[in-house]
Amino acid sequence: MKLIVIAGPPSCGKTAVVKQIITNLGDSQKIAYLKIDVTRAFEDEELKQEFGIPTKKVYSGDLCPDHASVMVMKDAIGWAKEEQADILIVESAGLCLRCSPYTTQSLGIVVTSAVNGINTPLKMAPMIALADMAVVTRIDLVSQAEKEVFRERIREVNGDLDIIEANAVQGTGMRYLLRAIEEYPEINNPDTITLRGAPPLGVCTICIGKTDIGWQNHFGVIRKLDGADYLYRGD
Amino acid sequence: MNSETIREITILPGRNRSGETENFDEIVIRPGDTISIVGPTGSGKSAFINDIEIFAANDTVTRRTILINGEQPPEEYIRDPAKKPVALITQNTKCLADLKVREFLEMHIKSRGIIEAEIAGKTIDLANEFTGEKIRPDVKMTALSGGQTRSLMVADAIMISNTPLILLDEVENAGIFKDRVIETLKKYKKALIFVTHDPMVSLMSDRRIVMKDGAVHKVLEPNGSEKKALEKVIELDRIMYRMREQIRAGEMMCDRAFT
Repeated sequence: MKLIVIAGPPSCGKTAVVKQIITNLGDSQKIAYLKIDVTRAFEDEELKQEFGIPTKKVYSGDLCPDHASVMVMKDAIGWAKEEQADILIVESAGLCLRCSPYTTQSLGIVVTSAVNGINTPLKMAPMIALADMAVVTRIDLVSQAEKEVFRERIREVNGDLDIIEANAVQGTGMRYLLRAIEEYPEINNPDTITLRGAPPLGVCTICIGKTDIGWQNHFGVIRKLDGADYLYRGD
Repeated sequence: MNSETIREITILPGRNRSGETENFDEIVIRPGDTISIVGPTGSGKSAFINDIEIFAANDTVTRRTILINGEQPPEEYIRDPAKKPVALITQNTKCLADLKVREFLEMHIKSRGIIEAEIAGKTIDLANEFTGEKIRPDVKMTALSGGQTRSLMVADAIMISNTPLILLDEVENAGIFKDRVIETLKKYKKALIFVTHDPMVSLMSDRRIVMKDGAVHKVLEPNGSEKKALEKVIELDRIMYRMREQIRAGEMMCDRAFT
């Protein structure tokens, strides 16, 4: 079985990309789908209805959605195997852009929309830096020059990224993504799968329930208004 | 990209919305050709140029296939912006990139791997030939008007993308000097494909592709037989142009405008 992890900010076209994968590969491959979200998600029902594939969703609720995905990933692989799936697609909620949800032994696809601001690729850095491929959606709405400038911005974050420009609704430009999925190796040992990048440092005092404002009331990695320099120490 | 390497682009038929094959054997485009794509809204005009832009290989909804010099083009023509032989200028008249004009052009120049100095400045100068209100290099792309954005994108396609084939989706819609755009593009020996509803743009093209129901319905080659209609439309366009300029300048429309 192959594992595909799809990430990207909300409303960038992740589900449209998933639909294109199922439309094009669903006849020859059995595809299972897991959606991870915080409070509400409808994609699983929509895909089940449209394609009749096995789907599941998990709500992270109070937990960070990428944290939730780390917790459930192994069980999800077990579930997809029971369903005799050839491909498991995991779609992230993609909220804070601080983590990246890609694991080893998976094809990590970041989806980003060409109509997002030009600095978006820089803002979602870990999600782009650790991906294998980027699918840039809504290219029908921008001119050639804009597309190329957006592409250059992505390459500033990850020069090796395989970039695909697509209209995910129409399906144009998908052929290279489908080929990459077809060529990608299967999971060789689910017990050795790990996250590709380090998650954020330590435990957040907000997460453990402190509501006081001001850095004096918090511990761990604290930050003041002045001198709040760059603290990202992940990959 | 050396435009000499592209001798011809061939479009092989796909199918219409009912699944029937399109009404042509092949359409061949060569450097210097001008073609207009006409037909009602929703008839598949934009899909036609999108197929060309991505070099469809029987893998789009229209099922068309595009060949370069009679062969399936190499992947780098599609995926490497520095090698892509096609520039598409969409209907969209707003640029969403939050950069200054000069920064935007310099980033595009970098992505195309161009080292020639002052090309950004030349691009802005050329764009300013197409538009009334001048574009300044230090203004944000998002602050440009529809006409300014369109002018800059056309100039960018000529100077920076410098592709042998330029696809323009409704160039007339942004209030730019369309005759100047067409003349300039012809001067640079580009093959041009216009999606258009404008009689003048249509009549200035060598060939006219008529779309219907998602497919090519007819390919017309007037061969000079529409010369009178073209002269008339140019005359009408001049009147329209003068009236537009006078209205823009705050003048009242009186008999003088017609002479």
